[in-house]
Formats: sequence, structure tokens, C-alpha cells
Amino acid sequence: MKARVFVMLKNGVLDPQGAAVQHALGALGFDGVNEVRQGKVIELDLADGTTEASINEMCEKLLANTVIESYRVELL
Amino acid sequence: MKAAVLQFPGSNCDRDMAMALKQAGADVTMVWHKEADLPAGIDVIGVPGGFSYGDYLRCGAIAANSPITKALKAHVERGGYAFGICNGFQVLTEARLLPGALLRNAGLKYICRTVGLAVETTDSPYTSAYAQGQHIGIPIAHHDGNFTADEDTLDRLEGEGLVAFRYLDNPNGSKRNIAGILSDNRRVLGMMPHPERAAEAAHGNEDGKAFFTSLLDAVVSA
Repeated sequence: MKARVFVMLKNGVLDPQGAAVQHALGALGFDGVNEVRQGKVIELDLADGTTEASINEMCEKLLANTVIESYRVELL
Repeated sequence: MKAAVLQFPGSNCDRDMAMALKQAGADVTMVWHKEADLPAGIDVIGVPGGFSYGDYLRCGAIAANSPITKALKAHVERGGYAFGICNGFQVLTEARLLPGALLRNAGLKYICRTVGLAVETTDSPYTSAYAQGQHIGIPIAHHDGNFTADEDTLDRLEGEGLVAFRYLDNPNGSKRNIAGILSDNRRVLGMMPHPERAAEAAHGNEDGKAFFTSLLDAVVSA
């Protein structure tokens, strides 16, 4: 089984990289990009039967820093 | 005083830290990250700067889960002294031994220069040899030194006098100009600037020397 983990900076946490990407899109002539938030996607190839609780624990302990980041798990 | 300096793959300020501790009078042992135990009788653990594990995932995140970090946590839980400089500060926050987190610098640039700091408290084992409010110049060298925490945590750090150093001219966007903080028991310190790079005459700046002499005084008299 596979899972995909989406990690994003929490709302309210400044994302200077997202702001730089937004600026660069504007410079390319793409008007109307109000905000860009940059995160990461982590794909996990897991032993069958791995529980969602176990994946959440992976996120809490390592994949996301919940002080500044939120995460979402998608089972594939 | 017996000090241990941890070495992770990618640590690059470990020998500088060891030298500054030795010059202050400490007996220093270097400890590789795969060790599960610290040498007996360690008083202080230093977590050095660098790019542990290439900053993969997040700065300090992998090192915070290294075997030696379990021993570091146990040492801190026993009330032991520990400090992290630069990447070491990132490791201590990732290990949840200090609150908050270090984000990418607000200006997105890696910054390497000497910055002005104010010593915010002398009530700590790391700052007792400074004067309250003293201005010092200490080098920074980081890409991810933008300290952040939620407002309640920031209020608590300030209210309990746990801010050790503040930037005079904020270089990286850190909340409330915070450059270094202390744990609740004041024995764990994390800071982005590098006092070990300003600790002897040959560095051209000795403003960091008092950091290490404070520590020696605190541990020897404890």
C-alpha cells in the first residue's frame, strides 16, 4: 500500500519561499496570483496493513514539525 | 567540568565549539551520533552548528532522532546542562527540548556576518559573566534562523525571562528579535549566533568568550 503525506506551513506562519514564488509569477506576467504557499509531498511505500494511526504517528514524530506545520494523509 | 560535543554527519562547528570549551577550562570529549550512551560524568552537552544530515527534511529534524539524542534528552531530563548553537539550536527545538522552531530567513538569503546582540538576562549559566543589557557582536551564519513560536509561548518566554539574547537589528525575521532562549529550568540554551567564533584574540573578537566562562563558573560552583 502507498500513502501520500502533504506537509504545509500552518496558516499564519510566514512563508517567504511562497512569497518569492508569487513575486516570480508576477514578474512572468501572471496577474491575479493572490498568494502562494509552498509545502512538500512525501510518498510512502508501506507494508500492507499499516494503519492510518501509525502513519499519523510518523507525521507527528518526524515528517511534520507540528509547531509550524500541518499535515494531511492520503491513502492511495 | 566535563563537556561532550556531539558530532552528526554534516556538523562543521564541532571542533570550534570544543576549542572554546577547552580554552575556558573544560575537559572535552567528542561523541559520535551513533553512540547510544554518553561518557560517564558529563556535566554539559554541546550541540554544534553545521548542516546535520544535509538539512534533509527540515534543519535538525533527523539529528533530533539520532541515537545520541536519546541520551541528550535523558541528560536534560535529569537536569543536566546542554546548549545548541545554530544547527544545534535547530536540533534542540526539533527534539522539543526548547520551544518554537527556526524557519527560513525572512529575506530568503543565507547570512554570514557579525551582528549586534543585547544580553537579555544574566540569570543563566551561559550569561552570568555578561552585564545585563550589554551589547555584544557575535557572528551569525545561517539560512534558517528565523525564530518563531505562537504568541502565548513568546509571551511566556519574555514573561519568565527566558529570552537570553536579542538582535539589535533583526537580520532574519525572528519573532520579537529573539536570537537565543533558555529552557524553563534555565539549563538548556539555544541560540543562532556563534559565540565560539568570537572566543579568542585570533578571532578578532572575544565577545563570545564570556559565554563559555559563565558556563564553567556555573558548573564548577554547582
